[in-house]
Amino acid sequence: MVPLSHYLLLSAILFVIGVVGVLTRRNAIVVFMGIEIMLNAVNISLVGFDKYFNNHDGQIFSFMVICVAAAEVSVGLAIVISMYRNKPTINLDEFNIMKW
Amino acid sequence: MELLIFYPLAFLCVVMALCVILGKTPVNSAISLIGMMLALAGIFAHMHAHFIAILQVIIYAGAIMVLFMFVIMLLNLKSDDTAAKVRDNNTSLVVVAAVLGVIILYIITDAILGANMESPQNLSETFGTVAMVGEILFTKFVLPFEVASVLLLTAMVGTVVLAKSKVD
Amino acid sequence: MLLKLAWLVPLFPLIGSIINGFFGLKIGKKMVGYVACGSVGLSFLTTVLVFIGLVQLPPESRIFEQVLFDWISVGTFVAEFGFQIDPLSIVMMFVVTGVGFLIHVFSIGYMQEEYSFYRFFAYLNLFMFAMLLLVMGNNFLLMFIGWEGVGCCSYFLIGYYFHKKSACDAATKAFIVNRVGDFAFLLAVMYIFNIFGSIDYTTVFQAAPEKLIFSDETVNIICFLLFIGATGKSAQIPLYTWLPDAMEGPTPVSALIHAATMVTAGVFLVVRCNPLFNMAPDIMLLIAFVGGGTAIFAATIGMTQFDIKRVLAYSTVSQIGYMFLACGVGAYTAAIFHLVTHAFFKACLFLGSGSVIHGINGEQDMRKMGGLKKHMPITYKTFLISTLAIAGIPFFSGFFSKDEVLYHSLMDGNIVLWGMGISAALLTAFYMFRLVFMTFHGESRVDENVHPHESPPIMTIPLVVLAGLATAGGLLGLPLIHGWHLLHNWLEPVIHFDLANVLEHSKEMMHHAGRHAPSWDHLLVPKEHNFWGEIALMLFSVVVALTGIASAYICYIKKPDLPEKMTKGQWGYDLVKNKWMVDEIYDETIVKPMVKGSFFLWKECDAKGVDGVANGIAQVIGWCSKQARVYQSGFVRNYALFIVIGFTSLLIIAFF
Repeated sequence: MVPLSHYLLLSAILFVIGVVGVLTRRNAIVVFMGIEIMLNAVNISLVGFDKYFNNHDGQIFSFMVICVAAAEVSVGLAIVISMYRNKPTINLDEFNIMKW
Repeated sequence: MELLIFYPLAFLCVVMALCVILGKTPVNSAISLIGMMLALAGIFAHMHAHFIAILQVIIYAGAIMVLFMFVIMLLNLKSDDTAAKVRDNNTSLVVVAAVLGVIILYIITDAILGANMESPQNLSETFGTVAMVGEILFTKFVLPFEVASVLLLTAMVGTVVLAKSKVD
Repeated sequence: MLLKLAWLVPLFPLIGSIINGFFGLKIGKKMVGYVACGSVGLSFLTTVLVFIGLVQLPPESRIFEQVLFDWISVGTFVAEFGFQIDPLSIVMMFVVTGVGFLIHVFSIGYMQEEYSFYRFFAYLNLFMFAMLLLVMGNNFLLMFIGWEGVGCCSYFLIGYYFHKKSACDAATKAFIVNRVGDFAFLLAVMYIFNIFGSIDYTTVFQAAPEKLIFSDETVNIICFLLFIGATGKSAQIPLYTWLPDAMEGPTPVSALIHAATMVTAGVFLVVRCNPLFNMAPDIMLLIAFVGGGTAIFAATIGMTQFDIKRVLAYSTVSQIGYMFLACGVGAYTAAIFHLVTHAFFKACLFLGSGSVIHGINGEQDMRKMGGLKKHMPITYKTFLISTLAIAGIPFFSGFFSKDEVLYHSLMDGNIVLWGMGISAALLTAFYMFRLVFMTFHGESRVDENVHPHESPPIMTIPLVVLAGLATAGGLLGLPLIHGWHLLHNWLEPVIHFDLANVLEHSKEMMHHAGRHAPSWDHLLVPKEHNFWGEIALMLFSVVVALTGIASAYICYIKKPDLPEKMTKGQWGYDLVKNKWMVDEIYDETIVKPMVKGSFFLWKECDAKGVDGVANGIAQVIGWCSKQARVYQSGFVRNYALFIVIGFTSLLIIAFF
């Protein structure tokens, strides 16, 4: 039996990796991938708890997370394409005209 | 015994995730991400959550990552701008982010290991099967299901509007 | 019954004022005149009816209170809006409405060519209302409302010709100087409330022997503050400087307000509060000396002025000094008697001067008048009658009243007070006849293109009536005939004072407080009426008056160049002509430091201090914002970083 703490620890590590990825990278698409890593980490945690409690609610939630991730990725990438049309770069540091 | 399968898969997940954020080109990051998702699907299957595992492969690795690849190819990026267009030294930000990450990890680990999680339930036979999940999905959680479909419709419309080239 | 009509007396002028004020332009000059005079006339008739009702009451209980409503009712403090009709207030009501009516009629003729005719009458009626409130009120607060109201109307009317800066300045000066007196008055009322718990006349005056100790500091302070208020309104030293400047207003205003009614409000106050003043003999002495001093002081200035209205203004100040002299020695009847006769002859004098000014097209300087008696016979005759009255020639009213004042000042006061009074009488006779001789006799020094003419009947009839009253007014107080003194018997219930009772109470109170009561027995010795003394004094004052007239005759008819020779180059004459430089002294010592102080407060405290604090806070906030807006860098990654930092902090706080 794999103890629950292992699943939760894996989830935490993946989540932190995702956060660092979002903060560190300059490419917009790679930042998106960091967000996807975070969502997957949450999925592991949800299903882990399901296994522990012999329940199905976490899996349904996980299903919804995947669904939302799909929607979000499509809209986000559409935005990236629009960004690329304005300025032919997707370096996030270039988009800073909303400063004070 | 189960741990023996779990550890390699978990190790693979972590390594792939690190490759995502350390990759030089976007394509490298994308491929690593696909690898991480497949490893994750393996973990799901190991956990007897068959439906989620299949969903992970089909939707995440199959559709979403393909979309990522489309966009990367469409934008035709030459390279990631680590070499050129350096705003400042990125190191300070990396250090701060790493420190924050370590702090968060430490706190969460502290919380996890300090908790008492010793008595799991016995798994039922139909845990995680498609039939079981589908039954619950259509009876207990039918409203979120319908709302999710509306959400997907909205996202689709939004994407088309945003990505259309301006017709004057 | 008839006394219940009392509330109508102030109501008629108020309605007249409202009608004239709001609809004056629409209803035309004639209607305005009818409304104004009609309302005052109705007031006078109602006063007569109320008087008949009052006479029917027995003498001991001739007080009628009519409370309209409770104006302020807070806890135990109740201030009613009510009228008290007693012998004193009826006398004042008669003077106010009667003389007021005649002056209103005169004004219709005098102000005929002025613009905003209706405004004048609206203000004049409003003044009548306020003055009637003052004399009819049954508590100090209502009197104070009337007090302030007459001050306010005085401001309006003095500044009637508001296009002239001098008129506006004079109005402001009158109001501000009055304010100083009003402040003292208000302090006195508050002190009275503190001690007595009520401000009703009846309550206060009945409780006075029990609550106040004879000649103690409390009653001295109250009476002193009341007297300061009276000096403000009645133009005595030190607050008289506004009255000569108030002559900038139209002449009927000077006649009504500054001769007959408003300036006598102070005397009315002292007589009304005589139970309090009788218990403060030191303050009474002060009042007598201030009154006497003012009488001489103003008379000296009056001798040197050339503006006809200024002379009459200083004469008013001087005569009111007489009234205060009488109050100060305890002769309240004499004070009221002189008040009544003064109202008659002074109003006649002012209206007469108005008629003269009207006849020579607005010229007020006496050096440009002369020989007018053949052009204006009626004005001349009435003016002469009133001047004889004021100078104290026998059988005119002024003789009787002035004589009574002088008699009491010698018998009840001391020889110094009598000396002040008789000197002022000499000077009065002199300068009043100087006025008559310079204006009406001698050669005409009038400008060539001015044709002096007599005034129309609407102006001369009031003059005749007033002159008649000035002659016959003496009947109110014929001396020597035992039992004939009408006014004294009439006012007896109001000024009756039981000194023995008061002294008893005071001795008890002082014993309770453990203090030693001084010996007051000498005050209880009754005074006998000295018959031959009075005859002697009368003869002496007649001689003095004739001396004054004779000197005026010599100086201005026989040898007109004598005044020039006597006064040329004399520093004393110049000092007196400049009103003893009192205005300048006040300016330097009081006004300028105050203006400097206000300027300092404005520049330093307000502009720099308060504004600085307000602006400074804004600047501090601006500075803080400037430091904080650095964080809005525009880089999305920075925002994400801050989110994560916040999340980490929350985790740290939650888990440690």
